[in-house]
Amino acid sequence: MPRLSVHIIRISLIYFALGSLIGAGILFEKSLSYFPAIWLFLPMHIEMLLFGWIIQLVIGVSFWMLPKFGSAPIRGNEKLVWASFLLLNIGILLICLSSLIVNNDALAFGGRLLELIAIIFYARHAWPRVKPFADG
Amino acid sequence: MPLLSRYFIKAGIISFVFSLLLIMTMQARPIFQLWDGFLYFQPVFYHTLLVGWITQIIIGVSIWMFPRHTRENPRGSDSLGWIVFIALNLGLLLRIIGEPWQMMESVFLPKTLLAVSAFLQVLAAIGYIFLIWPRVKGK
Repeated sequence: MPRLSVHIIRISLIYFALGSLIGAGILFEKSLSYFPAIWLFLPMHIEMLLFGWIIQLVIGVSFWMLPKFGSAPIRGNEKLVWASFLLLNIGILLICLSSLIVNNDALAFGGRLLELIAIIFYARHAWPRVKPFADG
Repeated sequence: MPLLSRYFIKAGIISFVFSLLLIMTMQARPIFQLWDGFLYFQPVFYHTLLVGWITQIIIGVSIWMFPRHTRENPRGSDSLGWIVFIALNLGLLLRIIGEPWQMMESVFLPKTLLAVSAFLQVLAAIGYIFLIWPRVKGK
Protein backbone atom coordinates (compact mmCIF):
# COMPACT_ATOMS: atom_id res chain seq x y z
CA MET A 1 0.00 0.00 0.00
CA PRO A 2 1.56 3.39 -0.99
CA ARG A 3 2.33 5.93 1.75
CA LEU A 4 -0.35 8.36 0.52
CA SER A 5 -3.03 5.64 0.76
CA VAL A 6 -1.86 4.88 4.31
CA HIS A 7 -2.41 8.55 5.29
CA ILE A 8 -5.78 8.80 3.53
CA ILE A 9 -7.14 5.52 4.94
CA ARG A 10 -5.94 6.29 8.49
CA ILE A 11 -7.64 9.71 8.42
CA SER A 12 -10.82 8.02 7.11
CA LEU A 13 -10.70 5.57 10.04
CA ILE A 14 -10.38 8.49 12.48
CA TYR A 15 -13.47 10.07 10.90
CA PHE A 16 -15.24 6.70 11.21
CA ALA A 17 -14.51 6.69 14.94
CA LEU A 18 -15.56 10.33 15.47
CA GLY A 19 -18.69 10.06 13.31
CA SER A 20 -19.74 6.85 15.05
CA LEU A 21 -19.23 8.36 18.50
CA ILE A 22 -21.42 11.34 17.57
CA GLY A 23 -24.01 8.96 16.10
CA ALA A 24 -24.01 6.90 19.29
CA GLY A 25 -24.40 10.13 21.30
CA ILE A 26 -27.48 11.06 19.23
CA LEU A 27 -28.95 7.57 19.63
CA PHE A 28 -28.33 7.72 23.40
CA GLU A 29 -30.15 11.08 23.40
CA LYS A 30 -33.17 9.41 21.79
CA SER A 31 -33.01 6.83 24.54
CA LEU A 32 -32.05 8.82 27.65
CA SER A 33 -32.89 12.47 26.78
CA TYR A 34 -29.71 13.63 28.52
CA PHE A 35 -28.48 16.42 26.19
CA PRO A 36 -30.91 17.73 23.52
CA ALA A 37 -28.26 20.08 22.08
CA ILE A 38 -26.47 17.03 20.66
CA TRP A 39 -28.92 17.25 17.71
CA LEU A 40 -26.81 20.21 16.52
CA PHE A 41 -24.15 17.62 15.73
CA LEU A 42 -26.33 15.64 13.30
CA PRO A 43 -24.98 17.40 10.14
CA MET A 44 -21.45 16.81 11.48
CA HIS A 45 -22.26 13.11 11.98
CA ILE A 46 -23.46 12.85 8.36
CA GLU A 47 -20.51 14.81 6.95
CA MET A 48 -17.90 12.82 8.86
CA LEU A 49 -19.33 9.45 7.86
CA LEU A 50 -20.20 10.21 4.21
CA PHE A 51 -17.25 12.38 3.17
CA GLY A 52 -14.72 11.74 5.94
CA TRP A 53 -15.15 7.96 6.13
CA ILE A 54 -16.74 6.42 3.03
CA ILE A 55 -15.67 8.81 0.23
CA GLN A 56 -12.17 9.30 1.66
CA LEU A 57 -11.68 5.54 2.07
CA VAL A 58 -12.70 4.97 -1.56
CA ILE A 59 -10.13 7.56 -2.69
CA GLY A 60 -7.39 5.99 -0.57
CA VAL A 61 -8.09 2.43 -1.70
CA SER A 62 -8.51 3.34 -5.37
CA PHE A 63 -5.17 5.22 -5.39
CA TRP A 64 -3.63 1.98 -4.15
CA MET A 65 -5.52 -0.58 -6.25
CA LEU A 66 -6.44 0.92 -9.62
CA PRO A 67 -4.29 -0.40 -12.52
CA LYS A 68 -0.81 1.14 -12.59
CA PHE A 69 1.13 2.47 -15.59
CA GLY A 70 3.97 0.53 -17.19
CA SER A 71 6.54 3.28 -16.58
CA ALA A 72 7.25 5.76 -13.76
CA PRO A 73 5.39 7.37 -12.18
CA ILE A 74 3.47 4.08 -11.98
CA ARG A 75 0.47 5.61 -10.19
CA GLY A 76 0.36 8.76 -12.30
CA ASN A 77 0.46 12.27 -10.89
CA GLU A 78 0.56 11.73 -7.12
CA LYS A 79 0.52 15.49 -6.44
CA LEU A 80 -3.08 15.65 -7.64
CA VAL A 81 -4.12 13.13 -5.01
CA TRP A 82 -2.15 14.89 -2.26
CA ALA A 83 -3.95 18.13 -3.21
CA SER A 84 -7.27 16.29 -3.28
CA PHE A 85 -6.56 14.79 0.17
CA LEU A 86 -5.71 18.18 1.71
CA LEU A 87 -8.61 20.09 0.11
CA LEU A 88 -11.14 17.39 0.94
CA ASN A 89 -10.15 17.43 4.61
CA ILE A 90 -10.15 21.22 4.88
CA GLY A 91 -13.57 21.15 3.19
CA ILE A 92 -14.89 18.58 5.66
CA LEU A 93 -13.60 20.62 8.61
CA LEU A 94 -15.24 23.80 7.26
CA ILE A 95 -18.55 21.99 6.77
CA CYS A 96 -18.37 20.53 10.29
CA LEU A 97 -17.55 23.95 11.73
CA SER A 98 -20.33 25.62 9.75
CA SER A 99 -22.89 23.25 11.26
CA LEU A 100 -22.14 24.65 14.71
CA ILE A 101 -22.42 28.37 14.02
CA VAL A 102 -25.24 30.71 13.02
CA ASN A 103 -25.08 32.54 9.65
CA ASN A 104 -22.86 29.82 8.28
CA ASP A 105 -23.71 30.09 4.58
CA ALA A 106 -20.34 31.42 3.42
CA LEU A 107 -18.41 28.89 5.46
CA ALA A 108 -20.54 26.00 4.22
CA PHE A 109 -20.20 27.22 0.63
CA GLY A 110 -16.42 27.45 1.02
CA GLY A 111 -16.32 23.92 2.41
CA ARG A 112 -18.37 22.50 -0.45
CA LEU A 113 -16.25 24.40 -3.01
CA LEU A 114 -13.07 22.87 -1.59
CA GLU A 115 -14.70 19.42 -1.66
CA LEU A 116 -15.68 19.94 -5.30
CA ILE A 117 -12.13 20.95 -6.27
CA ALA A 118 -10.81 17.94 -4.32
CA ILE A 119 -13.07 15.56 -6.22
CA ILE A 120 -12.14 17.15 -9.58
CA PHE A 121 -8.42 16.62 -8.76
CA TYR A 122 -9.17 13.02 -7.76
CA ALA A 123 -11.17 12.41 -10.96
CA ARG A 124 -8.35 13.93 -13.06
CA HIS A 125 -5.93 11.51 -11.42
CA ALA A 126 -8.10 8.38 -11.50
CA TRP A 127 -9.56 8.70 -15.01
CA PRO A 128 -6.54 7.41 -17.00
CA ARG A 129 -6.02 4.58 -14.48
CA VAL A 130 -9.45 3.14 -15.23
CA LYS A 131 -8.09 0.81 -17.93
CA PRO A 132 -7.27 -2.86 -18.46
CA PHE A 133 -4.45 -4.16 -16.22
CA ALA A 134 -2.36 -5.30 -19.18
CA ASP A 135 -2.17 -1.82 -20.78
CA GLY A 136 1.00 0.19 -20.09
CA MET B 1 -11.84 -15.19 0.91
CA PRO B 2 -11.74 -15.73 4.71
CA LEU B 3 -14.86 -16.95 6.53
CA LEU B 4 -15.24 -13.68 8.46
CA SER B 5 -15.21 -11.64 5.22
CA ARG B 6 -17.83 -13.95 3.72
CA TYR B 7 -20.08 -13.37 6.74
CA PHE B 8 -19.65 -9.58 6.55
CA ILE B 9 -20.32 -9.45 2.81
CA LYS B 10 -23.34 -11.76 2.92
CA ALA B 11 -24.82 -9.87 5.88
CA GLY B 12 -24.17 -6.68 3.88
CA ILE B 13 -26.08 -8.05 0.89
CA ILE B 14 -29.02 -9.06 3.13
CA SER B 15 -29.03 -5.55 4.60
CA PHE B 16 -28.97 -4.04 1.10
CA VAL B 17 -32.01 -6.07 0.02
CA PHE B 18 -33.77 -5.22 3.30
CA SER B 19 -33.05 -1.48 2.79
CA LEU B 20 -34.55 -1.47 -0.68
CA LEU B 21 -37.59 -3.48 0.44
CA LEU B 22 -38.06 -1.03 3.30
CA ILE B 23 -37.87 2.14 1.17
CA MET B 24 -40.15 0.57 -1.45
CA THR B 25 -42.69 -0.24 1.27
CA MET B 26 -42.40 3.29 2.65
CA GLN B 27 -43.07 4.70 -0.82
CA ALA B 28 -46.02 2.32 -1.24
CA ARG B 29 -47.63 3.35 2.08
CA PRO B 30 -49.79 6.24 0.82
CA ILE B 31 -50.71 4.40 -2.39
CA PHE B 32 -51.93 1.21 -0.72
CA GLN B 33 -52.83 2.77 2.66
CA LEU B 34 -50.30 0.64 4.51
CA TRP B 35 -49.49 0.88 8.23
CA ASP B 36 -48.75 4.47 9.36
CA GLY B 37 -45.84 3.17 11.41
CA PHE B 38 -43.76 3.02 8.22
CA LEU B 39 -43.51 6.82 8.51
CA TYR B 40 -41.00 6.28 11.31
CA PHE B 41 -38.57 4.04 9.42
CA GLN B 42 -36.61 6.77 7.56
CA PRO B 43 -33.59 6.76 9.94
CA VAL B 44 -33.61 2.95 9.89
CA PHE B 45 -33.44 3.00 6.08
CA TYR B 46 -30.40 5.30 6.05
CA HIS B 47 -28.58 3.16 8.59
CA THR B 48 -29.35 -0.24 7.06
CA LEU B 49 -28.09 1.14 3.75
CA LEU B 50 -24.99 3.02 4.95
CA VAL B 51 -23.98 0.89 7.94
CA GLY B 52 -25.57 -2.46 7.12
CA TRP B 53 -24.59 -2.46 3.45
CA ILE B 54 -21.77 -0.04 2.55
CA THR B 55 -19.80 -0.07 5.82
CA GLN B 56 -20.20 -3.81 6.23
CA ILE B 57 -18.95 -4.46 2.66
CA ILE B 58 -15.96 -2.17 3.34
CA ILE B 59 -15.17 -4.09 6.53
CA GLY B 60 -15.50 -7.49 4.85
CA VAL B 61 -13.38 -6.60 1.83
CA SER B 62 -10.70 -4.81 3.87
CA ILE B 63 -10.30 -7.82 6.21
CA TRP B 64 -9.80 -9.92 3.10
CA MET B 65 -7.58 -7.66 0.96
CA PHE B 66 -5.57 -5.26 3.14
CA PRO B 67 -1.85 -5.99 3.67
CA ARG B 68 -1.09 -8.84 6.09
CA HIS B 69 -0.74 -8.02 9.78
CA THR B 70 2.16 -10.47 10.23
CA ARG B 71 3.21 -13.60 8.35
CA GLU B 72 2.10 -15.84 11.24
CA ASN B 73 -1.12 -13.94 11.93
CA PRO B 74 -2.11 -12.39 8.58
CA ARG B 75 -5.51 -10.97 9.54
CA GLY B 76 -4.98 -9.99 13.16
CA SER B 77 -7.33 -11.14 15.90
CA ASP B 78 -10.10 -13.37 14.52
CA SER B 79 -12.05 -13.14 17.78
CA LEU B 80 -12.05 -9.32 17.62
CA GLY B 81 -13.35 -9.62 14.05
CA TRP B 82 -16.23 -11.81 15.21
CA ILE B 83 -17.02 -9.43 18.08
CA VAL B 84 -17.23 -6.60 15.50
CA PHE B 85 -19.51 -8.69 13.27
CA ILE B 86 -21.90 -9.61 16.08
CA ALA B 87 -21.90 -6.12 17.63
CA LEU B 88 -22.57 -4.39 14.30
CA ASN B 89 -25.38 -6.68 13.22
CA LEU B 90 -27.02 -7.04 16.62
CA GLY B 91 -26.76 -3.27 17.13
CA LEU B 92 -28.39 -2.68 13.76
CA LEU B 93 -31.15 -5.21 14.46
CA LEU B 94 -31.96 -3.57 17.81
CA ARG B 95 -32.08 -0.22 16.02
CA ILE B 96 -34.49 -1.57 13.36
CA ILE B 97 -36.84 -2.64 16.15
CA GLY B 98 -36.22 0.10 18.70
CA GLU B 99 -36.02 3.33 16.69
CA PRO B 100 -39.47 3.34 15.02
CA TRP B 101 -40.99 1.89 18.20
CA GLN B 102 -39.46 4.67 20.32
CA MET B 103 -40.82 7.29 17.89
CA MET B 104 -44.32 5.79 18.17
CA GLU B 105 -44.36 5.35 21.96
CA SER B 106 -41.52 6.64 24.09
CA VAL B 107 -41.50 3.96 26.78
CA PHE B 108 -38.83 2.01 28.65
CA LEU B 109 -38.28 -1.01 26.39
CA PRO B 110 -37.59 0.70 23.03
CA LYS B 111 -35.46 3.28 24.83
CA THR B 112 -33.40 0.47 26.33
CA LEU B 113 -33.06 -1.21 22.93
CA LEU B 114 -31.76 2.07 21.50
CA ALA B 115 -29.20 2.54 24.28
CA VAL B 116 -27.89 -1.01 23.80
CA SER B 117 -27.89 -0.51 20.02
CA ALA B 118 -25.85 2.71 20.34
CA PHE B 119 -23.33 0.96 22.57
CA LEU B 120 -23.01 -2.06 20.22
CA GLN B 121 -22.63 0.03 17.06
CA VAL B 122 -19.91 2.22 18.52
CA LEU B 123 -18.22 -0.91 19.93
CA ALA B 124 -18.23 -2.38 16.41
CA ALA B 125 -16.72 0.78 14.88
CA ILE B 126 -13.94 1.08 17.47
CA GLY B 127 -13.29 -2.69 17.38
CA TYR B 128 -12.93 -2.60 13.59
CA ILE B 129 -10.51 0.33 13.76
CA PHE B 130 -8.35 -1.58 16.27
CA LEU B 131 -8.48 -4.65 14.02
CA ILE B 132 -7.58 -2.94 10.73
CA TRP B 133 -5.26 -0.10 11.85
CA PRO B 134 -2.08 -2.23 12.00
CA ARG B 135 -2.86 -3.51 8.48
CA VAL B 136 -2.97 0.02 6.98
CA LYS B 137 0.72 0.08 6.10
CA GLY B 138 3.21 -0.02 3.25
CA LYS B 139 4.91 -3.23 2.08
